[in-house]
Amino acid sequence: MKIRAQVGMVMNLDKCIGCHTCSVTCKNVWTNRPGTEYVWFNNVETKPGRGYPRDYEDQERWNGGWKLDGKGRLQLKAGGRLKRLASIFWNPNLPTLDDYYEPWTYDYEHLISAPAGDTQPAARPKSLVTGEDLDLQWGPNWDDDLAASKVSATGDPNRRELEDKVKIEFEKAFMMYLPRICEHCINPSCVASCPSGAMYKREEDGIVLVDQEACRSWRFCVSGCPYKKVYFNWNTGKAEKCNFCYPRIEAGLPTVCSETCVGRLRHVGIVLIDTDRVEAAASVPNEHDLLDAQLDLMLDPDDPEVREQALRDGIAPDWLEAARRSPVYAMCKRWRIALPLHPEYRTMPMVWYVPPLSPVESLVDERGGELDPDRLFATVDELRIPVEYLAGFLAAGDPEPVRRSLSRLAAMRRFMRAANVDGRVDAQIARDVGMEPSEVEDMFQMVAIGDYDDRYVIPRRHGEDAPDPFGMQGTNGVDFAGCSVTGDASASTEDTLASPADAAAAARFDLREQLVHRNGGSDG
Amino acid sequence: MSQGSLLLFGVLPYAAIAVFIVGTWWRYRTDQYGWGARSTQLLESRVLRFASNVFHLGVLAAIGGHVLGILVPQSWTEAVGLSDSAYHVIAVIGGVSAGTAVCVGFAALLYRRIRYSRVRVTTTRADVVVFALLALGIISGMLATLTNLGDSVNYRESVGPWFRNLLIFNPSPESMTGENVSFIFQLHVTLVWFLYAFWPFSRLVHVWSIPVDYLRRSPILYRTRTSRTTRPPRPASAAARIDVGGQ
Ligand code: SF4
Ligand code: SF4
Repeated sequence: MKIRAQVGMVMNLDKCIGCHTCSVTCKNVWTNRPGTEYVWFNNVETKPGRGYPRDYEDQERWNGGWKLDGKGRLQLKAGGRLKRLASIFWNPNLPTLDDYYEPWTYDYEHLISAPAGDTQPAARPKSLVTGEDLDLQWGPNWDDDLAASKVSATGDPNRRELEDKVKIEFEKAFMMYLPRICEHCINPSCVASCPSGAMYKREEDGIVLVDQEACRSWRFCVSGCPYKKVYFNWNTGKAEKCNFCYPRIEAGLPTVCSETCVGRLRHVGIVLIDTDRVEAAASVPNEHDLLDAQLDLMLDPDDPEVREQALRDGIAPDWLEAARRSPVYAMCKRWRIALPLHPEYRTMPMVWYVPPLSPVESLVDERGGELDPDRLFATVDELRIPVEYLAGFLAAGDPEPVRRSLSRLAAMRRFMRAANVDGRVDAQIARDVGMEPSEVEDMFQMVAIGDYDDRYVIPRRHGEDAPDPFGMQGTNGVDFAGCSVTGDASASTEDTLASPADAAAAARFDLREQLVHRNGGSDG
Repeated sequence: MSQGSLLLFGVLPYAAIAVFIVGTWWRYRTDQYGWGARSTQLLESRVLRFASNVFHLGVLAAIGGHVLGILVPQSWTEAVGLSDSAYHVIAVIGGVSAGTAVCVGFAALLYRRIRYSRVRVTTTRADVVVFALLALGIISGMLATLTNLGDSVNYRESVGPWFRNLLIFNPSPESMTGENVSFIFQLHVTLVWFLYAFWPFSRLVHVWSIPVDYLRRSPILYRTRTSRTTRPPRPASAAARIDVGGQ
C-alpha cells in the first residue's frame, strides 16, 4: 500500500441552474489570452446535447481514454506507443477548431463609424483567429437549453442506444446541465499519451498539469483525454489545461468555479488513494465494476492502519484530518450518492456528480403530494430523465448505482420532511435505502444546507517542502510568451505573432497587448 | 583555388556549424517555452494529413540518402560489393522518389499555409525564413539530382570527402571545385548551410525533440514539488518572466 492524497470535486447536479457563472469566472482568470479564446477549462453543457467539443463522448470516433487489449491489459484506446510515434506527423484523433468552435467578437466599431444610411448598421461577427467575417454555424453552448430540439438532442452520443426512451417531443422533453472541468484522473490517459513527458500528476495532491517548458507541441494529450480537457493554444503551440486553480488550492481556497458557483453545488476535498493498486483497478474486465474498483482505491481515513501508513508515506497530520472531513469521500464512498463521469473510459476521474433528482419531485407533485414509500423505487424508474440515460454517462450504463443514488436522495427528503414537519424520526425511511438516520442527517447537512466550511475542506500545502518555487516557473501549467518583468517583449526567439497581419488581425491582439502591458508594464 | 571558394567551402561551413551549435545551446537554455513543433493541426487538418506525412517521410528518406551518399565513403560500398554503377542506380531511384515526395509535400504545406487564413495568421517571421530556405535547399537539391541522372558528376569523390574532411577539421575546400562537382551541387551545399545557421532560431528545433524516451518510460508520471525536473535551470533573464499562476 502506497498512499497519496488526491484532490477531488463533487457537483450536485440537482442544483445547477446552468447560469455559466463558473465558466465565465474561470475564463476570466485562465483563458482570456490569444490562442485560448476557444478554450473553456470549465464549461457547462445542456444534456441531452452534443457537448463541447462536439460529440466528444463518442470514443469510437475520437479514441480517447483507455481500453483493455486482447490479453486484458490496459492500453490507450488510440493504440500503443509505437503507433502514436508513427502518427506524430498527423494525429488521426485530433479535433479541429471547428469541433470546438471558431471564436469570434463583433465589429462594434462599425456601429459608430458607419456612414448615415437607410438601415441600422449591424455589428458583424469577426473571427478572433483570422479577423475575417464569420458565418456562425456553431459556438460554445450552441445547443444550450435546446435539449428538446431535434438538432441537438438527436446528436447526443449518450442517447443513441436509447432512441425510444429519451424523448425529444416537446411535451416529454427534459434537460439538465452538466458542468465539466478536467477530472484530474487517478489514471490520466493524457499523461500517458504525452510523448515528451511534459504532463504529470503532482504527488502531493494529484493535480494534473502540463509542463509548458517541456511540451513540444505533439498534441497527443488533446486526443488522449476522453473528456477533451486538454486544449491546444494555437498561438503558442503548447498544451494548456484546467489546473484545479492550484495556487488557490495550495492556499486552502476552493477553485474559482467552486467559489463563484451560484448554485453552491460544488464540493472540494481530498481523498487518500492507494496508488499501488491503480492499474489493477483500472483494468477490471467488466465496465460495471469500475465504480466499485475506484471506490476501493479511496481509503477510509478513519482506519488506524490507513492513517499509520499515510503518515509513513509523508502525508501530514493536518491533511489526514482534512481527509477525514472530506466532503468528496463522504459523498462518493460513505453515502454513495456521487458518481464518476464516464467511468468506462478507465481514467479513474476525480470529479463526481450527484445525479439530478428534481424531476422525481415534480412527478410526485403532479400526482398530488406525498410520495408513496412503497413506490419509491418504482418512481425513480419513472423519472422524466430516464435512469438509463443518466447511467449512460455516470455509471457505464449500469442503472443500479444511479437508482441507489436517487433513492437515497429521495429518502433524505422524506426523512427530513417527517422530522421537520411532523416532528418524528422515521428510522425506517433511512433503513429502506440502507442508511442510518444519523447518516441521513449528515448527508442533509452536506447536500441541502452545504455550509461553506462543509463544502470546502482543503488543507494548505506545506510550503516548507518547496525549496525553489521560482525555479519551477513555467513548469506548472500556463505561461505567457513574451511577458517579462523587464519589459522585454520577445522572450521567445520566434515571435509568436504573425508578421503579415492585416489591420483586423492586429486589432484582435489588443487583448494581448494589454496583457503584456499589465504584466510587464509600469504597473506590473 | 579562389578566395571565393575558400570562403564558401572552407569558412562558411564552420561559421554555419558554429552558429548552429551555439544557437541551439543558447535557445535550449533560454527558450524552452518557445521550443517545439508549433503544430497547426488544430486549425487545419484535412490538407495537413497528406502534406505533413508526405513531406516528413520524404525528408526522412532524403536524410537517409544523404548519409549514404555523403557520409559513407565510396570505398566502403565497394568493399561490400556494390559497384559504382549499381550504387548510382539505387541513388537515382531513391533520390528522385524521396525528392519528389519532399517537393510535393512541401508544396502542399506551402499551399495550405497560404490558402487557409487560420494557418496563415499563425505564421511567424521565422516561419517565412524557414520556408524560403527550405524551398531553396529543396529545389537546388532536386535539380542536382535531376541534372546528374547520367552520373556525369561523381559527388562521392568530391562532396563526400569534402564533407567528411570538414567533420575531422581537415578542410579541403579544393574538393568542391574539381571536375566532379557541378555548379548546381556547389549551389545546393552553399544554400543549405544557411538553413543550418538559421535552424536554432526556428521551429525546426523540434527535430531534436524526437521523443524516443517515450518508448521506455512509465505511462503515468508523477512529480513532487521537492524534486527537480530534468531540464536545465532557467537562466536569470528567463526566470524573471511571469507566469499566470504567479500573478
Ligand atoms: S480529464 Fe484531465 S486528467 Fe483526465 S485525462 Fe483528461 S486532461 Fe487528463
Ligand atoms: S455557476 Fe454553478 S449553478 Fe451556475 S452553471 Fe456553473 S455549476 Fe451551474
